[in-house]
Amino acid sequence: MRAGWMLMMGCLLGSGLATAQEAHLSAPRIDTHNKTVLQRGARLFHNYCLSCHSAHFARYQRMGEDLGIPTEQLKANLMFTTNKPGDTMQVALRPQDAAAWFGKPPPDLTLTARYRGKAWLYNYLKGFYQDDKRPFGVNNAVFPDVAMPHVLVNLEGLKRRVPADGKGQERYEQISPGLLDAAAYDRAVRDLVAYMSYLAEPAGLKRPRLGVWVLIFLGAMLILAILLKKEVWKDVPH
Amino acid sequence: MSQIKSSRIVKKPPLSEAAAGLLAWVDSRFPLTKTWREHVSEYYAPRNFNFWYYFGSLALLVLVNQIVTGIFLTMNYKPSATEAFASIEYIMRDVSWGWLIRYMHSTGASAFFVVIYLHMFRGLLYGSYRKPRELVWLVGMGIYLCLMAEAFMGYLLPWGNMSFWGAQVIISLFGAVPVVGEGLAQWIRGDYVVSDVTLNRFFALHVIGLPLALLGLVVLHLLALHEVGSNNPDGIDIKKKLGADGHPIEGVPFHPYYTVKDIVGAVVFLMLVAAVIFFEPTFGGLFLEHANFTPADPLLTPPEIAPVWYFTPFYAILRAVPNKLFGVILMGLAVMSFFFLPWLDRGKVLSIRYRGWIYKSALAVFVLSFLGLGYLGTQPVTTDSVLGLPIAPLMAARILAVLYFGFFLLMPIYTRLDPSKPVPESLT
Repeated sequence: MRAGWMLMMGCLLGSGLATAQEAHLSAPRIDTHNKTVLQRGARLFHNYCLSCHSAHFARYQRMGEDLGIPTEQLKANLMFTTNKPGDTMQVALRPQDAAAWFGKPPPDLTLTARYRGKAWLYNYLKGFYQDDKRPFGVNNAVFPDVAMPHVLVNLEGLKRRVPADGKGQERYEQISPGLLDAAAYDRAVRDLVAYMSYLAEPAGLKRPRLGVWVLIFLGAMLILAILLKKEVWKDVPH
Repeated sequence: MSQIKSSRIVKKPPLSEAAAGLLAWVDSRFPLTKTWREHVSEYYAPRNFNFWYYFGSLALLVLVNQIVTGIFLTMNYKPSATEAFASIEYIMRDVSWGWLIRYMHSTGASAFFVVIYLHMFRGLLYGSYRKPRELVWLVGMGIYLCLMAEAFMGYLLPWGNMSFWGAQVIISLFGAVPVVGEGLAQWIRGDYVVSDVTLNRFFALHVIGLPLALLGLVVLHLLALHEVGSNNPDGIDIKKKLGADGHPIEGVPFHPYYTVKDIVGAVVFLMLVAAVIFFEPTFGGLFLEHANFTPADPLLTPPEIAPVWYFTPFYAILRAVPNKLFGVILMGLAVMSFFFLPWLDRGKVLSIRYRGWIYKSALAVFVLSFLGLGYLGTQPVTTDSVLGLPIAPLMAARILAVLYFGFFLLMPIYTRLDPSKPVPESLT
């Protein structure tokens, strides 16, 4: 019996590990449950992303409630369109205009953190470098020839790619400074990725907390179930 | 070993006069007490069921979960190519507890296959498909086929990009059938490509057609089982030794003995499933794939199209064959082989406990080939190594596929040669 359980758990664990995605992209642990982090991420997202990209499955009001932002502050600081708090996060940019200006319309960002993954987003947002052959003068290490300009350039500044040579591997060097130093920009990107993870799954905020209670309840039920089973089976030889 | 006193077993609390009267009224018009006795309170099951015997009742539990959560999902889901993806996000965000219902349904789908595969493996361990349980096994295989169709059609409903391309690839397999193939694939889709038409008919089959068939088959499965009686880890017929009351000495009534025991199994199972639902609902991209979090796009093929994990052993076999028609045939045979087990197995004993080293080795090789194929089916074929070993994935899949089919094709020979041990007179 014990061997059976171990076999089953082994299979489950093995299969889970085998397909862990994005093994080649490294990312620091991103804190998706800290409201301060999420609020900082929201400020970046709503100021830098939400003018070209929509997040049209997410609602302002729900986000405000989840992140502890009062509606007045929400309207004053995070809503720049004529939307009402109960609306979803739409943008005024028309897809046909966007296609003409960028080559393709910017994708909706509601689910990007689940589609691409947190590690991908983190590396993508840190992966812009100068490339004069591209229309906006930048390219991306994670998403080559991406149509998007480096929107966070005033925060990060601009990097240049130094190709690999005999001495060392490919690396990037800063050629113009931004408002933030490297450590502060790294934190800003982690905040932004944390917020986008929240956007992708708002239920993810309370899901694990609820799970603990569910498991405690089931654990108590298990004790009762085992006692009941022992009582009923006590006269059966086995 | 003492005999179980039957008086202790069927002891029931006395009914009030009114309740007894009502029961008598019903019983004279409908076999309520009779059915309850035949299938529950006086259905005698061997007293030595072990870990592997939990998965039948767990399968029933998951089936109920899928039906109940499915009903609530249909209340907000919109089976239309323009609205389906958004309606799922609506369920995940705006419907009260919608996220929980949806995760219960999506995790339940994978849990269903975990449970069914372990349930089938139990049959292989203890020879539960052997005479007189051939029909129990065949109906069970019918359930398995139904479940595969149910899962495949359900997977299209979120209308994510992997939903779309997965359905596109699988339906196009029917195009490999000579002469009528292309017409057949078009008939299934109802269109030249997977479209709104396909989504609507898959929805109809997923929520009505196949669940009805599944429920009917489950009833047949249980009726056939209760006619011949349950097998057990010793593979011994307990009906050969009856007590004075006419019941098997080595059996216990299903209720209360196995109802209370199955509750323990159910709670442990629920804890495992709850851990997935609440802490890792996508299960690292295995239960809900990352590529499915973007809407269906006929112009954007995902870099790797792979089915969900429970189909990957068969998918690996399909990919391993260079010829499309031959690949489809082999994939079909890989599933259908299970149907022939009752007649392929020529062993003298039922249970693995008394089988010899030959069958034990064959079963071990089969399990490893099934798991290996399952793993390979999730991996891209463009690399030239598997888990660090210098073997191309396609070649590895071919070797494992040969072992997989060898288990079935050679079974009449090796089960006859197998040096089995003597089977004891009574349960151990």
